[in-house]
Amino acid sequence: MMWRSPLARVRDALRGQKVREKDLRNLVSNLPYEGLDKWKQPNRYFPGNSIKTSKYTLLLFIPMNLFEQFHRLANLYFVGLAILNFVPVVNAFQPEVALIPICVILCLTAMKDAWEDFRRYQSDKRLNSMPCLIYSRKVKQFVERYWKDVRVGDFVKVVCNEIVPADLLLLHTSDPNGVCHIETANLDGETNLKQRRVVPGVCITDPEFEAESFNSIVVCEKPNINLNHFKCYVEKPDKDKVGAGIENLLLRGCTVRNTDHAVGFVVYAGHETKAMLNNNGPRYKRSKQERRLNIDVMFCVILLLTMCLVGALGHYLWLQTLPGLPPYLVPHSNGHLDSPSLSSFYMFFTMIILLQVLIPISLYVSIELVKIAQIFFITNDIDLYDEETDSQIQCRALNITEDLGQIEYIFTDKTGTLTENKMVFRRCSIMGTEYPHKENALQTQWSLDSDDVNRKDTMHHHGSRRKVPGTAHSDVAFSSPLETEVTPDKKLLQQISGAESTSVSRKIDAYLDFFLALAICNTVVVSMATAQRQRVSAEFSVDVDERWRWRRSKRAKMDGGFVLFKLPVYKSYLTRVAIINLSSCCNTGAQTCSLHVPRSSSEPAVTPDMVCYEAESPDEAALVYAAKAYGFILLGRTPDSVTVRLPSGEDLRFEVLDTLTFDSNRKRMSVLVRHPISKEYVLYTKGADYAIMELLDCVSLEKGNQKNIAADTQQHLDYYAKEGLRTLCIAKKVLSGREYESWSADRHRALAAIENREQLIMDTAVQIETNLTLLGATGIEDRLQENVPDTITALREAGIQVWVLTGDKPETAVNIGYACRLLEEEDLVINMSCKNKVRSCGMYSTLTCTSILDCTLEEVRRYVADPRNVDTTPDISLVIDGRTLAMTLSSDLQERFVELAKHCRSVLCCRVTPLQKSAVVKIIREKLKVMTLAVGDGANDVNMIQAADVGIGISGQEGMQAVMMSDFAISRFKHLKKLLLVHGHWCNSRLANMIIYFFYKNTANVNLLFWYQFFCGFTATAMIDYWLMIFFNLFFTSAPPIMFGILDKDISAEMLLGVPELYRTGQGSGEYRFSTFWVSMLDAFYQSLVCFFIPYLISIDFTGSDMDIFSFGTPVNTISLFTILLHLSIEIKAWTVVHWVIMLGSVALYFIVTLAYSAICVTCNAYWTLQSQMVDPMFYLVCIITTVVALLPRYTFHVLKNSIAPSPLEQARHLDRMDPITRDQWIKEWRSFRGGGQVKRSGLSVPPSPTLGTSVEAYPPSPTASEITGDEFTLNVISENYNRPVHT
Amino acid sequence: MMASTYNAKDEDGHITVAGPGGGTLRSRKPENTAFKQQRLPAWQPILTAGTVLPAFFVIGLIFIPIGIGLYVTSNNIKEFEIDYTGVDMSSPCFNCSQNFSWNSTRPCTCSIPFYLDQPYESNVFMYYGLSNFYQNHRRYVKSRDDSQLNGDSEALTKPSKECEPYAFHDNKPIAPCGAIANSMFNDSLELFYNDPNGTKVQIHLMKTGIAWWTDKHVKFRNPGGNNPNLTVAFQGTTKPVNWRKPVYELDSDQENDGFINEDFIVWMRTAALPTFRKLYRIIQKKKDMVLTLPRGNYTLEVVYNYPVRSFEGRKRMILSTISWMGGKNPFLGIAYITVGSVCFFLGVVLLIIHHKYGNRNNSADISN
Repeated sequence: MMWRSPLARVRDALRGQKVREKDLRNLVSNLPYEGLDKWKQPNRYFPGNSIKTSKYTLLLFIPMNLFEQFHRLANLYFVGLAILNFVPVVNAFQPEVALIPICVILCLTAMKDAWEDFRRYQSDKRLNSMPCLIYSRKVKQFVERYWKDVRVGDFVKVVCNEIVPADLLLLHTSDPNGVCHIETANLDGETNLKQRRVVPGVCITDPEFEAESFNSIVVCEKPNINLNHFKCYVEKPDKDKVGAGIENLLLRGCTVRNTDHAVGFVVYAGHETKAMLNNNGPRYKRSKQERRLNIDVMFCVILLLTMCLVGALGHYLWLQTLPGLPPYLVPHSNGHLDSPSLSSFYMFFTMIILLQVLIPISLYVSIELVKIAQIFFITNDIDLYDEETDSQIQCRALNITEDLGQIEYIFTDKTGTLTENKMVFRRCSIMGTEYPHKENALQTQWSLDSDDVNRKDTMHHHGSRRKVPGTAHSDVAFSSPLETEVTPDKKLLQQISGAESTSVSRKIDAYLDFFLALAICNTVVVSMATAQRQRVSAEFSVDVDERWRWRRSKRAKMDGGFVLFKLPVYKSYLTRVAIINLSSCCNTGAQTCSLHVPRSSSEPAVTPDMVCYEAESPDEAALVYAAKAYGFILLGRTPDSVTVRLPSGEDLRFEVLDTLTFDSNRKRMSVLVRHPISKEYVLYTKGADYAIMELLDCVSLEKGNQKNIAADTQQHLDYYAKEGLRTLCIAKKVLSGREYESWSADRHRALAAIENREQLIMDTAVQIETNLTLLGATGIEDRLQENVPDTITALREAGIQVWVLTGDKPETAVNIGYACRLLEEEDLVINMSCKNKVRSCGMYSTLTCTSILDCTLEEVRRYVADPRNVDTTPDISLVIDGRTLAMTLSSDLQERFVELAKHCRSVLCCRVTPLQKSAVVKIIREKLKVMTLAVGDGANDVNMIQAADVGIGISGQEGMQAVMMSDFAISRFKHLKKLLLVHGHWCNSRLANMIIYFFYKNTANVNLLFWYQFFCGFTATAMIDYWLMIFFNLFFTSAPPIMFGILDKDISAEMLLGVPELYRTGQGSGEYRFSTFWVSMLDAFYQSLVCFFIPYLISIDFTGSDMDIFSFGTPVNTISLFTILLHLSIEIKAWTVVHWVIMLGSVALYFIVTLAYSAICVTCNAYWTLQSQMVDPMFYLVCIITTVVALLPRYTFHVLKNSIAPSPLEQARHLDRMDPITRDQWIKEWRSFRGGGQVKRSGLSVPPSPTLGTSVEAYPPSPTASEITGDEFTLNVISENYNRPVHT
Repeated sequence: MMASTYNAKDEDGHITVAGPGGGTLRSRKPENTAFKQQRLPAWQPILTAGTVLPAFFVIGLIFIPIGIGLYVTSNNIKEFEIDYTGVDMSSPCFNCSQNFSWNSTRPCTCSIPFYLDQPYESNVFMYYGLSNFYQNHRRYVKSRDDSQLNGDSEALTKPSKECEPYAFHDNKPIAPCGAIANSMFNDSLELFYNDPNGTKVQIHLMKTGIAWWTDKHVKFRNPGGNNPNLTVAFQGTTKPVNWRKPVYELDSDQENDGFINEDFIVWMRTAALPTFRKLYRIIQKKKDMVLTLPRGNYTLEVVYNYPVRSFEGRKRMILSTISWMGGKNPFLGIAYITVGSVCFFLGVVLLIIHHKYGNRNNSADISN
């Protein structure tokens, strides 16, 4: 290492700063500089790839942590007090003793922080030491290094299934077309594969990639947070510029799939990568109660200062009235006395020390303890345990348990959170005949049943499940856990084979056409799993039977992300296992697939079992799998051909002439193919039912047959929709050669157009998609998770607004909305979407948006104000798409949007980006000042999870990102119900009551000392021994409230679950309110007055008291203890053994400790005081009367309130005492009664919902209430069947 | 068994590949115990009119008799008080109270006649009372050295810092040190019965048995162990500034001298309130049926030493009989009677409420 002058270093550092800040960065390859000193490196200014998210370092932990802790006001206060104790003039009792509590608190907190930081450090370390391949000039090949060694300007090779270590500009891939597939699940939760392209012509890649041939300059923009934009160009030595964008960038955190390897040039590393910039780090969450608590602590401070001021003033006045120099005024050691003003000034501080307990120092520690215990109980709840994944709920945030009880808004992701994220082909209708696939339904049914059986009888369950799935076709009773396994309908199977045998001439029967359409009309990519399959059997065939592997594969899919994450660490061994998992995934219809293991040189023989489909949407995959089940196996897809194997075993290769991709305007997609045998031009179209139905051939419709088919199919479709299935119609059209030619010409013109290209392309698509012949319809189910509708209903009854934020298209979202009872049949659904694609007219569109928003708002207000709706809550639901949302979230429209949202019973946001998700959450949280909860399972929900007050991750299909960032991680959506309704309620009410009690307790206790000041000349005398005073808070009265906060159970879990309305009591400010605080403070004042003055009045006589200070103080202290504990017993709702032990134990402890202390400490003031008191009957008489008088008001108040106007909680407690059977009966009755009352009549005209069996028009009803159609906007207020399922 | 092994394995998601039956992994399923599932059997009292009614009546019924009993007992206690401060010109002690300093050597005496209008039968306790004397002043309370008073020889010569500025005088340690000891009450009171036949009979006043037994025998001890010669034991110390004689000359009786002098001990137990009385002497009941203090004229003879003008204090002499409940105090009885009545009344109110609302709870309807 060469020595460099410090000046040069500083200059370098400054330049580095400037370079980093520049808008454009020039990056060159590191290779020519390999091995040189750091300061000669061209890219030295840019950060390396090692990341550090931990806050502290080992050396600086103590000072930094202390600094951090002193940000908490309370800690500062306590330290200030401790220091004050050491000031001589304030005459503290024992300054050293005063230090103990604050030290304990600081240490405990520091230990907790250290542990958390250590975990972060470990995770950083794990990431930093993941292996990756970096090109080295010396070795002339890629060598294995760690992630942290990656620098900007390096060439990094990523092999299949590896995670990209930094943001790479793609230069080379193993694919001959220069394509690399990546999965961005870790970033945005989308599991489908995305293509990235190589930047062409930058360096030699043929036949081998040569990194050293790279001698261009990469000019890219400053790192930014946008995951979907990247601006860059590569300047070649000959000044030729090649543009590059996001399609050439491999983002850190993505996984390379389906590509053997890819090589990229590092443009951003470490904290500058887009993934890290998007990862805003965990927010320190403070619960709402804690915020509330801090306000009340401030009140206490004010109260304390007031009391001290009173003390100081009183002392001053008292000194002023003294006529002379009484013998009880003790001068300083130098023999002179302070002036009254000075000594009252000192007295102020002495008072602070005397009354410091008013600020409950132990409260913070107690809250931490209580929360730990609450978390213990939550994690140990057997109802929140998922058998299937063997996972408990994880509480990752330790300090927001009580927020669970105050949630007002829930924002939930859809796929994977509400649904299983598994698409199942359920039914189809071909040529007007319905094939219900009963076998499929049975199978699902069976698997559900078997889950129940599972709980009871593991043996049986496993025994039956361990059958081999390959032979499932004939075996109906067999359950396949893999959703892609479609059991063919027997009748349909016969039909097909019939068609097959009769159609010798290959005149394609509609049935065959239908399945061909299913197999062809999609964008599903086929990949082979041959290689892994062989590995699988090699690995497992010895001792693991087939069945187990299938089970395992299901598991592996859930853990997929996790496995991958660990993969490089235990690379040697685990890789193979991970591949097995991944390859098995292919069969589940998931979009992940692995081709990691090098393919054997010869093309493997394609067998149907080996194909594995990757689809952009799971339903496409489901359809392809359905076709496969009937023998129409999609074997391969290239940009211009599709190969399908027919049931007869014959492979057909269709020439793909064009693919008209899906768009949300047309709501359909088409594939134009040329039939290999008949050479016909055939257009297969698949799309939303109404999109297809409108386009049916009018001429053929005239013919009775087609018309009937259309009507029948529509009827089936309605039925499917009611069942909650996602419906699709399949149609075809045969084109003549001439037709095709002319269309093709138009198409080419459109594709070549520069202006208005999208519009033209769409026009051509619309042009050809006419006069279709209906083939049939399908019903696919994205199965809702267990108990989702039930959970959502319960949550809404609990007064929680549920929003669904999904990346899915509106149709799907609405569908699911109905299925999970987020939308009800009677609801007025407002659909806001703007189809603005042109960014330039943003101003205009914002204006339009404003007007639409105003319109809607007006409508909604009118609806709400409508007298017909007075007795019902307005059921308005809003469906809004991402683009519109983006506009409404702009600062000037926010208010109106929020206003609108407030009126809506439920809101569905579709096509939203992760950032929009968090923006919605933030806006609602901030504008409405409500408690929000976000729940999601994918990495795309991370932002939202972090933005919400409470973030919940579902450890489901999509990796662990959401879980890592969440506060609580659950495994099923249904767990939310118990988590919120029961644990939330308990935690909230327990903690609220405990906090209030704590304030009360300290005030009641400290005020005794304050009242005494009026009788001792405000000289801050304590009539209680100092040690006993400390013990009082530390031991005698600390355990009961903590136990109260941990164990008190106001209402049983069954009741809380049965009557979700009880949850409402916790919302808003809940039980811990401004008023409750002050009421309990007033009560504390009253009780302290009683506890002080009754003994006072009894001790003074006409002739004065003959009591000494401690003989007076001891009974007062004892009474205070009794009052405080009995006060708590009034508040305790359920007495368990623990309660009794702790309450009686506290009293016993008080007497034992005090007696022991006053017997042992001869030189103490309190010597033998309690003993002498306890032999005096008066002591007991005083204790009894005082306690009764002190508690009488509260007791009476409770009694009166409970008798005259019981709160819902009290009523529930009454019911709770009934025996379980009666109680359940009551809940059932009550619910049905309530449910009856729930039937609301919409103010807007609602057509009677069609019931099953009645014939309905073939066309969907047009939007009724109002429709505002702008150029680019549509706003439909639909009030009826918009895919409305009936729930049974 | 096989099956369950499989279960444990693949449920757990562990990647480790092992043959069936090889190694068992514990499920993370929480234990289904009453405690962990928060289902401990519990007593759930609900405070409603119906349930607490009896409690109110019972409290009322118990408290009222107790109160009456206390009230009667308190009323049976006889108490007599005489203020001898001498603020009035007419007061016999006026002169003494006027010219006074702590260090005056010539004792000023005054005698105050008084009349007891009822006889005192049992033991009579004689108190001196001071008012406006803040013995509970924070710094005053602390101004003592308990180790010294406990006979610790080290503390005797090196009094605690708490005693400042009454720790040393003329470079000699003060015994007993501190402001409390320094300001000890030093009037002496004597009581004479003016027999109707003209003779003046001095009443015998017991000066022991007025302090707590534990104070006298444990907390307070003379230095030097059982050394009978207190003069030697207190060698090298000096008397408190305001005292006329050293601590070892407080009483001629060995058992009541030095730190274990009961007047001293009583004084050292600082009063809780600024108006206080301290037990001074006990007039013991004679054996036979003779009254302790018959009705008639008495004279209180005071050696007036203690100055109270600097704090506008008052000095009183109190004679009181005593019961099991201590001195005369009607408050407790009244309090019991009042609280008992209030509870009884509340019980009646609750009874009405219970009749009116009581049945509604069973058909409770939770509405928000």
